[in-house]
Amino acid sequence: MSSSFLPLSEEMFQARSVSVDLNNDASLLIDIPDALCERDKVKFTVHTKTTLGTFQKPEFSVSRQHEDFIWLHDTLVETEEYAGLIIPPAPPKPDFESPREKMHKLGEGEASMTKEEYAKMKQELEAEYLAVFKKTVQVHEIFLQRLSSHPVFSKDRNFQIFLEYDQDLSVRRKNAKEMFGGFFKNMVKTADEVLISGTKEVDEFFDQEKTFLLDYFSKIKDATSKAEKMTRSHKNVADDYIHVSATLNSLSAEDSTPLKHLEKLADLFEKLRKVEGRVASDQELKLTELLRYYMRDIQAAKDLLYRRARALADYENANKALDKARLKSKDVAQAQQHQQQCLQKFDTLSESGKKELTSFKGRRVLAFRKNLIEMAELEIKHAKSNMALLQGCVELLKSN
Amino acid sequence: MTGRGAADSLLPAPSFAPSVIQWRSKMAAERDTPPLGSAAAGLADFREPEDGEDLFVSTASTLESSPSSPEPASLQVEDVSANSNGPKTAEILIDDDQDDLFAEATEEVSLDSPEREPILSDGPSPAITPVTPTALISNRIEPKVIGVPSMFERSLDEVEEEAGGDLFDINISVSDPEKVGDGMNAYMAYKVTTKTSLTIFNQSEFSVKRRFSDFLGLHSKLASKYMHIGYIVPPAPEKSIVGMTKVKVGKEDLSSTEFVEKRRSALERYLMRTVKHPTLIQDPDVIQFLESSELPRAVSTQALSGAGILRMVNKAADAVNKMTIKMNESDAWFEEKQQQFENLDQQLRKLHASVEALVCHRKELSVNTASFARSAAMLGNSEDHTALSRALSQLAEVEEKIDQLHQEQAYADFYLFSELLGDYVRLITAVKGVFDQRMKTWSKWQDAQVMLQKKREAEAKLHLANKPDKLQQAKDEIKEEIEEWEGKVQQGERDFEQISKTIRKEVGRFEKERVKDFKVVIIKYLESLVHTQQQLIKYWEAFLPEAKAIA
Repeated sequence: MSSSFLPLSEEMFQARSVSVDLNNDASLLIDIPDALCERDKVKFTVHTKTTLGTFQKPEFSVSRQHEDFIWLHDTLVETEEYAGLIIPPAPPKPDFESPREKMHKLGEGEASMTKEEYAKMKQELEAEYLAVFKKTVQVHEIFLQRLSSHPVFSKDRNFQIFLEYDQDLSVRRKNAKEMFGGFFKNMVKTADEVLISGTKEVDEFFDQEKTFLLDYFSKIKDATSKAEKMTRSHKNVADDYIHVSATLNSLSAEDSTPLKHLEKLADLFEKLRKVEGRVASDQELKLTELLRYYMRDIQAAKDLLYRRARALADYENANKALDKARLKSKDVAQAQQHQQQCLQKFDTLSESGKKELTSFKGRRVLAFRKNLIEMAELEIKHAKSNMALLQGCVELLKSN
Repeated sequence: MTGRGAADSLLPAPSFAPSVIQWRSKMAAERDTPPLGSAAAGLADFREPEDGEDLFVSTASTLESSPSSPEPASLQVEDVSANSNGPKTAEILIDDDQDDLFAEATEEVSLDSPEREPILSDGPSPAITPVTPTALISNRIEPKVIGVPSMFERSLDEVEEEAGGDLFDINISVSDPEKVGDGMNAYMAYKVTTKTSLTIFNQSEFSVKRRFSDFLGLHSKLASKYMHIGYIVPPAPEKSIVGMTKVKVGKEDLSSTEFVEKRRSALERYLMRTVKHPTLIQDPDVIQFLESSELPRAVSTQALSGAGILRMVNKAADAVNKMTIKMNESDAWFEEKQQQFENLDQQLRKLHASVEALVCHRKELSVNTASFARSAAMLGNSEDHTALSRALSQLAEVEEKIDQLHQEQAYADFYLFSELLGDYVRLITAVKGVFDQRMKTWSKWQDAQVMLQKKREAEAKLHLANKPDKLQQAKDEIKEEIEEWEGKVQQGERDFEQISKTIRKEVGRFEKERVKDFKVVIIKYLESLVHTQQQLIKYWEAFLPEAKAIA
């Protein structure tokens, strides 16, 4: 898909947000009103409206790439003060692989289809492209909105730069430190499971959270992949309707006998596939995306636990060091100070962590509720449309 | 939560059987009430003397040994001539046929013979000319105190009308597949139940047990009797060595259950199509197939039997002939129709392939939905917020019900839509076959003309020759031959005209049936889709309050 300017409609605004309304605080309102898809790169237009004096202007827009979001996320992770907070998960890279592959296959199979069929398949694929696009915009937007609605993150200096700096951020991004930080972060992720499950937890709250998060993460990861497969199957069925419809059309065009109802049938399948396509994409947005998002969020919560576990380990090590210092009667004051610092860090972390995890649960429950309701309502709506179409056709056929 | 195997979408058998039976009986119910009048109208259009022949066509080989009049052959000639209610040409036709008929009858069939060898009516080239079975029909009707003469008192039209018109009332169901025997000699026996008010049958409801090769045998006989004179004989379901081997070997898995069900359904449709044909239903082979408790085993249907190999060779020969016969089509109708069927064939095959893909994807959807349902249930268990946990479990239950729904829809996709298309692809092959037969008939006629021409030329040469002693003898011989070939030419022309006429009628009937058939099945299929949507609404509407209850 080459250079194309895709303005996002009002409908898309409503359709978005796996998280509950984040953009409430008038003091800092962020959204991504449009985006551009240039070859492999997506350029997001980040629009900010603010009443805060910390910004230079009350309203402004900048162009950002996916990598800029990642940079922002990583700096937040590396910031010590935020160790006790759940860092909103980084948005995943825009992935147009699936529709691109399908487009390629379609090109190869063009000869075996009628012109009409090919046009319809292409239309379907373009819709799919658009859906992927919508999803990626949504997920980038939510990331920013999570930050803007958080009392601490909204004041982050880098966040402000991200929103305001009207030049390309790539220079800042290529900072070697950040790159190393990214590598370290990834390495750490694989170790956290071990560390978290290893430490003995005295605090009941955190003990429960640990058990819950570890188990829940694996379950939600599985549910996400199964939901993906299910949605893909649904799309396949919708695509099959296109072929059926197209062949029925050819049949009715050539058939001289009074098989007029073939034409109606072809028409019916064409309409049905549109509905089925919507069912598939709505399911994806409301269910699969929901699960996917919270899978990442749970990972972020786990990271918090990991940081706390590390802080605890540090504290325990500081204790040991203090004991050793006391024995040797050397650098006791220093050791004591260090131990105090670790304890304080751990306590702050625990306190803020507890708050974060509690509000996280609330947020999660609300989001699930909203999306499950919306999904059920959409399923009912689509099933009713399908039924109306089908019954109409049946009536027509019976009356002839 | 139903446990599932890995790749091949297994469902425990019980949940599968009932829904399919449900459809089967629905389909049967539909067939009970065909649109009135249309079939009758079709026949009324073709009320021509030649139709009289239809009554008489079938082999006597399938007779039950019932006490019959000693010389049915001669009886028939008189009856027919006396009661033939067509113009003179019809009579001549019938008489001529009788010559051929009885020639073969005395050779091959003895009604009193104790041993009933099934006549291998599979040989395609020397078409076994049908032997009249009026005695047979009369025997059947005797229990109802209707003798032979009365048979002909009712006009032939009336009989055909009963068979194909307003009173066309016959329903066949194939059920209760039962494995008989063990190992590689095992086979499936199916119960064939007929319910009818037609008088050509002895009872109004009766059942017999048949195996697959019996069906093939029936088709084989009908094809050899009727195809070469232009009748579209519904094709029998296809053999499947792999499928049957699994059943024989005793694999009780879903794929063999599905295979048996697919076959059962196909056999039922095959029989229904056959009996719907006003000519075929009166064929003694058909009647015997439906009625008699014992049927001679049709061994010639085995692929590797002598007859089977002969069939293959002849099919190949036919194919070659088809390529070499270049017919001068004088009738635009035939040319148009052939083209039409060619196009229809292509389109139907394509549609069939698309629907098969749909079936496959829908099955996948069902499997993936079930898999998601399990996953959602696990997630619900893991969730520590009570209300959300319950909602997730409910979601899992909904999805599980939906996966069942998709599975059932996939069966409807297959048994209603896909199989319909498959049947018609095969039917169109039969139609094309009948057009080919016409070509062969034409070719035979042309060959006779060529031969006649040669003989005339030979005669002319003789007249100019100068050998007086041999001349008279040769002249006489040649004169005889010329007469013979003139006869053959006339016969050839008549055959050609007859087959053309029959094909027109058959094609007309086929088109009408096709429209009806498609309409009925498509409506049924759409209704299955409606049902699925209704259920979806029900399930999601039940779930909605659960989702809203999350607090």
